[in-house]
Amino acid sequence: MRLARRSSLPGFSLTLGITLTWLSLIVLLPLAALTLRPWELGIAGLWHSLTEPRVLAALRLSFGAATLAAAINVPLGLLIAWVMVRYRFPGRGLADSIIDMPLALPTAVAGISLTALFAPKGWIGALLTPLGIKVAYTPLGVLVALIFVGLPFVVRMLEPIILDLPADAEEAAATLGATRLQTLWRVTLPALAPTLLAGFGAALARGVGEYGSVIFIAGNMPMVSEIAPLLIVIRLEQLDYAGAAALGVAMLLLSFAILLVINRLQRWLIRT
Amino acid sequence: MSLELRDLRKHFGRTAALDGLSLSVPQGEFLALLGPSGSGKTTLLRVVAGLEFAESGAIEINGRSMHDVPARKRGIGLVFQHYALFRHMSVARNVAFGLEVRRRSERPASTAIRTKVAELLDLMGIGELAERYPEQISGGQRQRVALARALAIEPSLLLLDEPFGALDAKVRKNLRIWLRDLHNRMGLTSVFVTHDQNEALEMADRVAVLRAGRIEQVDTPDRLYAEPVNAFVHEFLGESVRLDCIVTAGTARFQGLCGTNLATNCPPGPAIALVRPHEIGLLPGPGPVRVESVHATGPMPRVRVTFAGRTTEVLLPEAAPLPTIGQGYGIDLSRARIYTLNDVSNPLAAS
Repeated sequence: MRLARRSSLPGFSLTLGITLTWLSLIVLLPLAALTLRPWELGIAGLWHSLTEPRVLAALRLSFGAATLAAAINVPLGLLIAWVMVRYRFPGRGLADSIIDMPLALPTAVAGISLTALFAPKGWIGALLTPLGIKVAYTPLGVLVALIFVGLPFVVRMLEPIILDLPADAEEAAATLGATRLQTLWRVTLPALAPTLLAGFGAALARGVGEYGSVIFIAGNMPMVSEIAPLLIVIRLEQLDYAGAAALGVAMLLLSFAILLVINRLQRWLIRT
Repeated sequence: MSLELRDLRKHFGRTAALDGLSLSVPQGEFLALLGPSGSGKTTLLRVVAGLEFAESGAIEINGRSMHDVPARKRGIGLVFQHYALFRHMSVARNVAFGLEVRRRSERPASTAIRTKVAELLDLMGIGELAERYPEQISGGQRQRVALARALAIEPSLLLLDEPFGALDAKVRKNLRIWLRDLHNRMGLTSVFVTHDQNEALEMADRVAVLRAGRIEQVDTPDRLYAEPVNAFVHEFLGESVRLDCIVTAGTARFQGLCGTNLATNCPPGPAIALVRPHEIGLLPGPGPVRVESVHATGPMPRVRVTFAGRTTEVLLPEAAPLPTIGQGYGIDLSRARIYTLNDVSNPLAAS
């Protein structure tokens, strides 16, 4: 009850109770089931199941493409968020709603549309093919899909922070002799750094788990353009439940480790 | 360094923020821009700093036109109302900022920057805060950091926007004295914005009173208080008692106060008289003024009186004999100033 004393709002025990119950039912219980399942295979079986070259290739693609997509989405999202917050232009309201579209669209629809666009005969694909660039049915296609679904996270996380940036700090920098580039680099970006990192984390997490929009454009060639979540589905279809769970746990641990590092980094950035 | 402003004009939509404003500030002066909110004080400061641009008019610093000179090249130190410190930088890095962004050829060595920052922080009396972050220090300390940061670039001109606005009364009083002292010691030329007349009168060499983007009067605090050029300035600087009167042939007459006539060079017609509470004299009665109450606490006794259907307060000189409550007295308005109605701040109140 020591925690409750400082709160001026009622209902502490009730809300905490609901929170913990909900968290247990919705998050912890399924996770527990997931982590218990693979042990049916035994340690050696588990190791074998996770070190198959096909599995390693899929994990590498999933995490590699998600990291790259997040890294691309951070500057891109910053630019878009900046324009949306700082400038007034006709059609801004419309542009603002379009940003959320990748979130609202069923991911399969997004995947099919992207495939249609980037297929060798598609609007964009037809332009890229003469240049020797193949997007659809390659790892590049995975990247494109992940950039598409991750962008709104970065934009929406940055917008309120940019809105909240004190304009007078930028003006102070100007009166102190800083060029606009110096102001951006030394004043504005450092103030946004923790949020940029958080946006990177959100886009990355989304990218690692993304399934629907990727499988259509990826082509799903084993060892080349097959993502880890798809491999899980394939194992499930083969009734290899323990193998699917093993891969799931591996992804879970990897994601958790990455998010933990990002979180630490973010705290360190905020403190300094 | 001297500052010269000529006929500055700037509009926000239809309202004029600066309406043909001219002002000159000689080297070494500490000038206060005083005016109600919306009178254009802050806009003027921002235009001088190069953060806003006037539609017409000229700004010269040391005789050099600031037209086409961007904010970062004006060499003006600006202290923002809310300090505008860089939150992600330590106090020392904040102060060093203006030196660190200089081009390599003009930038002091990093050891020289460190020495200079330490010196400035010591001068501000906050040397021990160098490694703290803005959110870890108090408002008064932030104010000093902002000042140190502005002074680090050795500005030709120091501008301060409501420098004490966000501080509590006690801190404010101390900082006033300290800032004025600093200005003298460093040989600065400073312009500071305030809406607090006490602050302006107490600190400044000269005070410019602004109304609606124009300067009504620029003068030393003494002259401004003793000889306000119009009713607005009179009422803005300290307490004023306002009385209606009629001017005929160079004489102002007050309704309900027979025999109280004042010579004036106002044109004939309705006018107003403004007088400060300590300038009103009570004459031995009988007369039209009734004493309601007497508060003798403090150096000057405060007396509430009614006359001609209104109640007002009179400050009697120190050690003056106290009037008797309920008795009638005569009134001495000879130190009142007569102003025509058209320079009254609020024409409705005068009618």
